[in-house]
Formats: sequence, C-alpha cells, structure tokens
Amino acid sequence: MAAFWAWFVAAGTIAFVIWCVWLISWAGKQGPQNKQDEDLVGHKWDGDLEEWNNPAPKWWLYLYFITIAWAVGYMIAYPGIGAFEGILGWSQQGQYEQEMQAAEARYAPIYERFAAMEFGELTRDAEAQELGRSLFAGYCTTCHGSDARGAPGYPNLTDDDWIWGDDETAIIATITHGRNNVMPNLSPALGGDAGIDNMVNYVRSLSGAVAADAAAMSAQPMFVALCSACHQADGSGNQALGAPNLTDDTWLYGPSAESVRETIVQGRNGVMPPHGGLLGDKRTKILAAYVASLSDNE
Amino acid sequence: MRHETIEKSVNLMMVLIVVAISIGGLVEIIPLMLSSDATQPDEGIAPYAALRLEGRDIYVREGCGNCHSQMIRPFRSETERYGPYTTAGETVYDRPFLFGSKRTGPDLARVGGRYSDDWQRLHLKDPRALVPESNMPGYPWLAENIVDPELVTAKLRTLQFLGDPYTDRQIAEAAGQVEGKTEMDALIAYLQELGTNRRARR
Repeated sequence: MAAFWAWFVAAGTIAFVIWCVWLISWAGKQGPQNKQDEDLVGHKWDGDLEEWNNPAPKWWLYLYFITIAWAVGYMIAYPGIGAFEGILGWSQQGQYEQEMQAAEARYAPIYERFAAMEFGELTRDAEAQELGRSLFAGYCTTCHGSDARGAPGYPNLTDDDWIWGDDETAIIATITHGRNNVMPNLSPALGGDAGIDNMVNYVRSLSGAVAADAAAMSAQPMFVALCSACHQADGSGNQALGAPNLTDDTWLYGPSAESVRETIVQGRNGVMPPHGGLLGDKRTKILAAYVASLSDNE
Repeated sequence: MRHETIEKSVNLMMVLIVVAISIGGLVEIIPLMLSSDATQPDEGIAPYAALRLEGRDIYVREGCGNCHSQMIRPFRSETERYGPYTTAGETVYDRPFLFGSKRTGPDLARVGGRYSDDWQRLHLKDPRALVPESNMPGYPWLAENIVDPELVTAKLRTLQFLGDPYTDRQIAEAAGQVEGKTEMDALIAYLQELGTNRRARR
C-alpha cells in the first residue's frame, strides 16, 4: 500500500512539472511579428488609444522557467518525489537527531561535571543553581508558582517546612517518582457536626491559632485514636508518610477553620506527578539541589 | 497568441484551474488519507474510550484548540519542553485533528499525567487561583453540566461506521461509563491521557 502511494506521489509530481513546462511554453508562444490590424486586441480608449496583442516580456517568461528549474533541482536534492530521499540525504528526523546530538555534545560535559559533585556542593554552586532555576521554571512553576511559594494545596518550597523531608534522597525521590498524598475522610467517626467542630478547633489549637478550650480538648482522645497514626499523637507529623506537621504555622490548604474542616470532612488527595522520565537522573539532582537551596535563602 | 484561447474560453480556463489545483491535493492529501504509513495507529493508540471522547468534544466546543496546539514539532526546543515529537500514527483516531496553529497557552499533545486531576479541576475553574500570571479564561460551568449518555452511544456508533475499531461491547458499555459524569470529568479524563503512549525523554 505504502509503495503504491509513493509511486503515485512520484508520478503526480513529475507529471505536474512536465505539464507546467508544456503550459508555459504553449501559452507563451511568440506574438505577432508584423503587426496588422487584426493583431489589435480591439479595445479602444479616448478615440484612438489602442493595444497590440503583445506577448508577455521575455524576462517574465524566463522567470517561470527558472522557478521550474529550481523545483527540479530541489526535488533532486531533497525528498519530494515519492520515496526518493534526495541526494543530500536530508530528513526531518535526521535534522532533529543532529540537533539533539549537537546539544548532547555541548551539554553532556556540563551535566557530567555536576553529576560528580556532592549534593551539598551543588546547592552552593552558582552555575548549578542557574541551571536548576531554569529547570524549575520549565517544570515546576505551574503548580509551585514562579516564586516557588506554592498555592493552596501546592507546597511552598521556600520555607523550612517539608512534608516529605528536605534531604537529598527525599527531594530526589519526590521529583523522580512523584508523591500521592492521601488524607482520608475520617469525619464519620467524629460523631456529627459538633464533633467535627471540636476536632477542627483542636487541630487549630495545636499551632495556637485558637485557644484550646474544654470543647476542643474533648476531641483529643479522638485525635489520638484516628489521626496519630500519621500525624503523631502530638500532631507533629511524620515525614516518612508525608503527614504534615499540624503544630506549626504552615498550612498546605490554608489556616482557616473552613479549610481545616474541608480537609477533615472531604479528605485530601495531594498529587505530585512523577518527573523522572522527563528529567533523567542528572537533571533531577541539579533541580533537587536548587529546590533544597530555596529554603536556605531565608 | 494562443494564450488568448484560454483567456477567452471560461470553460477551458475553469478545467485547467481545477486540474492545476487538484493535482496538489491529489499528491499531498490523498496519500495521507489512504497510505498505511499514515493510517496505522502507533503502539498504545486505541480509539477514544467513551468518557475521553466526550471530553474531546468539549475541548473542541470550548475552543481550547484556539489557544493550545497539539502538535510537538521535531525541534529540540519543543521536545525538551513538551516531550517526544508528535507522529502521524498518534492521531489516526482524531476527528477532526486538533493540531492547532496558535500557542497562546502551551502545547497539550503530552499534557497527560503532567498535573494531578485536582490541579486540572481547580485550574479549569479558575486558572489564576493556581497560576497567577495565566491569561486563560475559567470554565466553571463544566463542573455543572452533565454528559448525555445517549449521545455518547450515537457518537461511538458513528465512529464505528467510519471505520474506527470499536467493539459492539464497548458501544454497549459506553452509556454506563459516562452516566452521571460532569463535562469537567470528561475533559479531565481526555487531558490526562493525552500523549501518555510516549512520554519518557531520558
């Protein structure tokens, strides 16, 4: 099937070129040499202004032939006639691969140098930071913001609060494999609206946002029973599970009573998509070092 | 001068113009529609599942293609940002094509899996809640409109008639798959699978 269509294209292309040559030579034949009255086109303006049926200027006609000659040369040099690949051997794919190889030759040594460096060194190396910044701009800003301060549900990377940890292994794992952070909806166990309100107040009292009154404290046993498996009994969180620390002032989904309530009633599902396949190990390490350094600046 | 013959006969001129124009179409368009080089689906490319098909139609209806292309060209500057370049075999089930020609927003040919479902949901409702510098309009009504299950069955049957390899079972199950889903669900289902057949760059 494919071979037939290659011949079809070749035949159509060549026939068209030949047809163009014929049409232009046929239509461009010499006009009248010894001008007689019948060679006038018959239009008359202002009483005596008439027009000979002259041929188009020669240079004009030659332009047509030059463009046809150009087309023939082009189709010999480049792919155009069916499956014929052209004597220059150019292909779109080949050009792309050449471009990639040239980039690889240029950038590979740079990445090689950084691959050999310690993570801590990378966080201080100006060139690595510059590279990291551009990687961050390309891959991370859509969720974490161009200032890396995040958005509700998307962590601020410039503070010292880390959900999954801030060491090399943790950050690289987060970038490479992504994270799927599930806060289940545990509200049915809280015993209705009043129970949920108490739990909201208790959770908020952990960071001192509200005073821990008796009603709030009444939710403490439930907190220990339901929440401590991930957030610890004192609410300090667990980076191994990605459970946020509830005793500090950093709130992933906002500090208001409404958003805390929403978290408890609806649950949350925070997803960091995996980027390992997009970045590769060497770039991931540089990006991770940049992310780690973001919070050092403060 | 014989050029006169053409100029003075409208019928002859018409025939010649049609011939001149249609040769280009015959050579450039027909082989792409019929040659196996361009009509064989790539590995991992299957006809759109019911919900994704609905999502695709919403994508068309809302004019997403006016600002987002779905065509990664074979240049390093594009493949570094968006992923492997688009091939003919990836778009064999696209009716119509959504290649697009304008990028006010980024190319979406491989946007699948780049963001979470929640991100897509929030972003479609109010893009600036997540990306302050974005100039994309919000589409909050998508979360309220419910997809019509009867229409999906009819669409799949039409596509089957046109030659897309849907099985009768897929068509029978289609209505159930979109039952109660919002247009938002459908659009996100469509977006999240875009280009996921080929992702890894390194």
